[in-house]
Amino acid sequence: MFTALLIEQLLNGLQLGVMLFLMAAGLTLIFGVMGLINLAHGSLYMIGAFACATVAAATGSFWIGLIASLTAAAGVGAIIEVAVIRRLYSRDHLDQVLATFALILILSEGSRWLFGSFPLYLDIPPLLQGAVPLPGGGQYQLYRLAIIGVGIAVAVGLYLLISRTRLGMRIRAGESDREMIAALGVDIGTLYTVVFALGAALAGLAGALVGALQSVQVGMGEPVLILAFVVIVIGGIGSIKGALVGAVIVGVVDTMGRFLLPSLLSLTMPASQATTIGAALASMLIYVVMALILAFRPSGLFAAQS
Amino acid sequence: MNRILAASLLGLSLATSSLAHAEPVKIGVITTLSGGGAGLGIDMRDAFTLAIKQSGNKDVELVIEDDAQKPELAVQIAEKMIQGDKVDLMTGIIWSNLAMAVVPNTVAQDVIYLSPNAGPSALAGANCNPNYFNVAYQNDNFHEAMGQYANKDYKNAFILAPNYPAGKDALTGFKRYYKGALAGEIYTQVGQTDYAAEIAQIRASGADSVYFFLPGGMGIAFMKQYAQSGVNIPVTGPGFSFSQDVLPAIGDAALGVKNSATWSKDLDNEANKKFVEAFKAEYKRLPSIYAAQSWDTANLILAALSKASVKDKDAFRAALKAADFQSVRGKFTFNTNNHPIQNIYVREVVKEDDGVLTNMIIATAFEDHKDAYADKCSM
Repeated sequence: MFTALLIEQLLNGLQLGVMLFLMAAGLTLIFGVMGLINLAHGSLYMIGAFACATVAAATGSFWIGLIASLTAAAGVGAIIEVAVIRRLYSRDHLDQVLATFALILILSEGSRWLFGSFPLYLDIPPLLQGAVPLPGGGQYQLYRLAIIGVGIAVAVGLYLLISRTRLGMRIRAGESDREMIAALGVDIGTLYTVVFALGAALAGLAGALVGALQSVQVGMGEPVLILAFVVIVIGGIGSIKGALVGAVIVGVVDTMGRFLLPSLLSLTMPASQATTIGAALASMLIYVVMALILAFRPSGLFAAQS
Repeated sequence: MNRILAASLLGLSLATSSLAHAEPVKIGVITTLSGGGAGLGIDMRDAFTLAIKQSGNKDVELVIEDDAQKPELAVQIAEKMIQGDKVDLMTGIIWSNLAMAVVPNTVAQDVIYLSPNAGPSALAGANCNPNYFNVAYQNDNFHEAMGQYANKDYKNAFILAPNYPAGKDALTGFKRYYKGALAGEIYTQVGQTDYAAEIAQIRASGADSVYFFLPGGMGIAFMKQYAQSGVNIPVTGPGFSFSQDVLPAIGDAALGVKNSATWSKDLDNEANKKFVEAFKAEYKRLPSIYAAQSWDTANLILAALSKASVKDKDAFRAALKAADFQSVRGKFTFNTNNHPIQNIYVREVVKEDDGVLTNMIIATAFEDHKDAYADKCSM
């Protein structure tokens, strides 16, 4: 029974990691290419979830909702890049943080104005309902397995995009030397809009996928945003590979900490005390891991060349 | 000449006497109108303003502010209302941690505060105050009711709640009346949205039932994930997790779940029928328990205003304490610590003919229930 529980928890950690990767990939890409700290990334996640819930409720199909979430998040991403973000590239990080924080407030209250304050309903598509048996006698939710699959597919897709395509080549060139690729005649403005929209679409996809598991409501993006920042700091800012490894580390450490710490502590102290202290320690664990990693590798595991 | 003088004197005295009746009353309402918890605060505000509007009392002025579920902001607003707006009464706070930040300081300045929702244990016992009236419940109450009800069917419960004061009050309350064994006890993070790790432990624990207190979005996430996990252990919870504001977002996963509350839409009394109809007509949605408690708070204030002047604090406090109003919860009186003595019911989530999910009362867990802290209050 314990093996089954362990396998289930490892899968849970992996699933959380994969979801964080979808968020962190966009964040780190935008930082790597444009040097921009985008706090409003969590709002794009929320927009993806809202678009999916609304369209799924109207059409009755989760899959159309999923397409809508990608379109809406990429569209809103492109609009705010052209309208606001573009003016921030040459400014310092404090200005960027202030402006993108303002965007969080505007997008949150805008969504409340459009969709109301009550959480929306979004259900898992019928195809992915239910649980599948695991080796060792356990069961695992099919939808979570599907999220892991989507995450792996996105990771492979991003790898191919960046290493094998012309757009990827430009993105890599933009990371290493912005002025030079502009001088070579690449339309850097369009490139930036495309990268920003791509990152936004990934956040929107994450929001839609997770929206079916959680509640779709205003402010759902901010807790995930904090974890995504932890992920890119651990992985090395600007590195997609780092984002993937960092996301899986954070996902597994967080899940295993919540699961194992209280039971380990209960070996040495009364059960109710162990649950309280265990819960407190588990919520700190990923930050402890982040501090340890930064102590040995100050610029993260896979630091991009600066 | 004399006649004119007499007439004008009469007119003047009439005018002043009607002035004395029409004494303006300012009520400060601090509640959560933005952020993730806004649904609760909006129900609170809507029911409160509707109750005042329906009473036809034109002398009540409301000052409504949004605390965004942030304690530091709530404290600032409270100071502004007391010092700047000079409010006579305050109410509105939904969350226990905000109530703990605002209430002690407010009542110390001799402003009467009426709680339409939060009931932290710290304010019910040794720190009770004549200026603090809780019109809702003491935090432990709903959980005590479910602990009591669980004895009927279950012997090995798995319990979980967020790691913050109301979460601890919740599990303490449950354990106070539950007599069976515990298959596990977990404190989750506040604001947590993924419960896969906890559900895996529930699956492995061999429990015969699960009791959880996860208000707002946390509960929605838990229920949806639980329903899909393949775990078939029955779930119970306090009414907050299955209140009208979250049921549409949980969907059919909530069907059949038993939960405890002091109020339900189908509670059979005149005041409740009138309330549910008025709320539905005005806002085109069903009221939640937060709306019901807030409606009662407004009517308690209106009843006290008709008996005593709000400027005469002693008389007004006595008028409030008499609780001479028609509660939508039926019988309602105040205990010595100004917390309610009331029935607590067990409800079940059902689907109505029009497809709307709602609650139906199936049993009474406690009659005239008092909270466990009243003895420690010296009032």
